[in-house]
Amino acid sequence: MPPLNPPAPPSRGYLSDGTTVASWLCTRDHKRIALLYLFTITFFFLIGASAAALMRWELTRPNGDLMTSDTYNRLFTLHGVVMVWFFLIPSIPAVLGNFVLPLAIGARDVAFPRLNLASWYIFVCGGLIALYAIVVGGVDTGWTFYTPYSSTYSNSNVMVMATGIFVAGFSSIATGLNFIVTVHKLRAPGLTWFRLPLFVWAIYATSIILVLATPVLAITLALMALERGFGVGIFDPKLGGDPLLFQHLFWFYSHPAVYIMILPGMGVVSELVSCFSRKKIFGYKVMAFSILSIAGLGFLVWGHHMFVSSQSVYAGVVFSLLSFLVSVPSAIKVFNWIATLHRGSITFGTPLLYALGFLALFTIGGLTGIFLATLAVDVHLHDTYFVIAHFHYIMVGGGVMAYMGGIHYWWPKISGRMFPEGWARFSAVTIFVGFNLTFFPQFLLGYLGMPRRYHIYPAEFQTLNVISSAGAAVLAVGYLVPLCYLTWSFFHGKDAGPNPWNATGLEWQTPSPPPSHNFEQTPVVTRPPYDYPPL
Amino acid sequence: MTSAEPASAPSPYSDAAQRDVANHLGMWTLIATEILFFGGLFLAYCVYRGAYPAAFSAGSHRLDFWSGTVNTAVLLTSSLFMALGDAMIRVGRRRGLQVCVTLTAGLGVLFLAIKFSEYREMYAEHLVPGIRYGAAGPPQMQLFLFLYFVMTALHAVHMLVGIGLLGWLLTLNRRGRLSRDRRAPVSMVGLYWHFVDCVWVFLYPLLYLIPR
Ligand SMILES: [Cu+2]
Repeated sequence: MPPLNPPAPPSRGYLSDGTTVASWLCTRDHKRIALLYLFTITFFFLIGASAAALMRWELTRPNGDLMTSDTYNRLFTLHGVVMVWFFLIPSIPAVLGNFVLPLAIGARDVAFPRLNLASWYIFVCGGLIALYAIVVGGVDTGWTFYTPYSSTYSNSNVMVMATGIFVAGFSSIATGLNFIVTVHKLRAPGLTWFRLPLFVWAIYATSIILVLATPVLAITLALMALERGFGVGIFDPKLGGDPLLFQHLFWFYSHPAVYIMILPGMGVVSELVSCFSRKKIFGYKVMAFSILSIAGLGFLVWGHHMFVSSQSVYAGVVFSLLSFLVSVPSAIKVFNWIATLHRGSITFGTPLLYALGFLALFTIGGLTGIFLATLAVDVHLHDTYFVIAHFHYIMVGGGVMAYMGGIHYWWPKISGRMFPEGWARFSAVTIFVGFNLTFFPQFLLGYLGMPRRYHIYPAEFQTLNVISSAGAAVLAVGYLVPLCYLTWSFFHGKDAGPNPWNATGLEWQTPSPPPSHNFEQTPVVTRPPYDYPPL
Repeated sequence: MTSAEPASAPSPYSDAAQRDVANHLGMWTLIATEILFFGGLFLAYCVYRGAYPAAFSAGSHRLDFWSGTVNTAVLLTSSLFMALGDAMIRVGRRRGLQVCVTLTAGLGVLFLAIKFSEYREMYAEHLVPGIRYGAAGPPQMQLFLFLYFVMTALHAVHMLVGIGLLGWLLTLNRRGRLSRDRRAPVSMVGLYWHFVDCVWVFLYPLLYLIPR
């Protein structure tokens, strides 16, 4: 006979504080807002990934007979726009940043909880507008919206899409503003700047970029749209305007945007590497300053996207040198991660597998970036698949690997449950293999001269393209498996306990999942970060 | 904004002072964003003014010098009253604050009215690129006029937001929610108002005072 009063199920912290739809849609809890973002960007990831799948399918044959060129143009634009603005940019900041940042600094919430929720609604509005642009036919300009094609000649839904991105930009700004104030004003007692985990440093630097770069994109897209709408504008050569000015303004945002996508990943990887090698991060202060210097230098290198535009050679030389400079702090970080691993007590848990994947892929992406920053070499490689491969190694090999690693690392905190380790390792390895299979051949294709954004290509490129497409299929499996087991483990995984990884960091000092107010007592910090006992 | 919060939404702050400094930093960060937002336009202006000085001068001559000048005076005076309002509430004079903020908002509305009449006149003279344009002159003059309309319209939108915020201050004050110890909203709105004013301080010489 069952007991009359079955024991109440264990509380699931913030997850059980209200279970109605309204309790989620009106929440001001940073943890719930993080989950709202998680669902939203996963949805957009699937859309962007489907477009990529269709493109890879088309590229298995050289004569481009599966779709029209126009359809293909719309697919790669869709893929770029959705992945950049509706997945990568919000990925780590808005999901992991929102969830972890206040916990990691011992705060009850972000500085402006209402603004935080508003930022999600703004993001959803922007996303819906972008979806509408896709449903009514899409855009064929590429994600870069170069004038005068976008402002004058394109017959696709440029205005609607630009509006969607414009709106979503304000959610980026709101999130960045919120995090800046949170880090400045809400740190727990004793948590000085140089006791902050590097993840917090990275999110802080990213927020500065979000706040300073996004408005420039907004005004640039607005100017482009005005020109399109009124048939007159400042990029119009007929009036003496210069289309290149658009590129300058666009890349003034979009190069720093790359750091919006990669800096948070660097922060995540620092946490993972330190925790899974049970060691203090090597050169903590240098790591913090290199994050800041990457963020700062990022604003000075945009011209490397314009070496073969009519930009002056002297400007090109300066932009080339400045771009080389970025590799210094980046390399320092890579060396310091490796030095942290060196003689550590390493466990190859899933998060570390992702971190190691990040290290390998980010290094390849970074080194090929030096090729592209070299003026003369870039003339050969510009607008080829080499560029595609390079930035996918950074943004997917770096950014998405770190995002996946971070999701796995903090999943026990987010859900209170463990994920199945075997499946997780399997998918981490699958993603790594699939990724390299997809994108390494593209370096070769680009070097051999295959241009980006074409679906018809000479037959001798077919073998490499087929390998790349096969890799994309492997990659798809690698991404779909976590979607399944993470969802399963959210409800059925075994209890995680407050600190399954035995990690330092304030977020691990509260139950999993944390209560709505985060900490029963505001923690007081007395020790440096990554204070693992000596080995 | 201290409306009753549901129990599930605890304030992230430990006290009101911490909240006030956070709000201030938030406003400064917003202003940094705004500077970059206008920054793209200022950059475009500088590039084309450097390239086409004669056309820009010709364009500037088509603007109504006195409207711009009077508007500058109006806006600077409004900022003076905003600062006076801040001084009033510092010594707890709520009526004085009400008068000052009302004057600030009133001058803001006057500014917009003058701006609007300027737009209307330019429309009548076929000086609105893309909508109604038929001015003789170098083609690059359109670049100047286009920038003129985009920059001043964006500024006017910020004025509208500012006037809304001033209205919010008046409501707060009428309900007795502002005092010597609770005056953070006044200095926040003040910061924003002065920023919008500063933008105009740059717009006025760039647009109206090109060598005449
Ligand atoms: Cu770049």
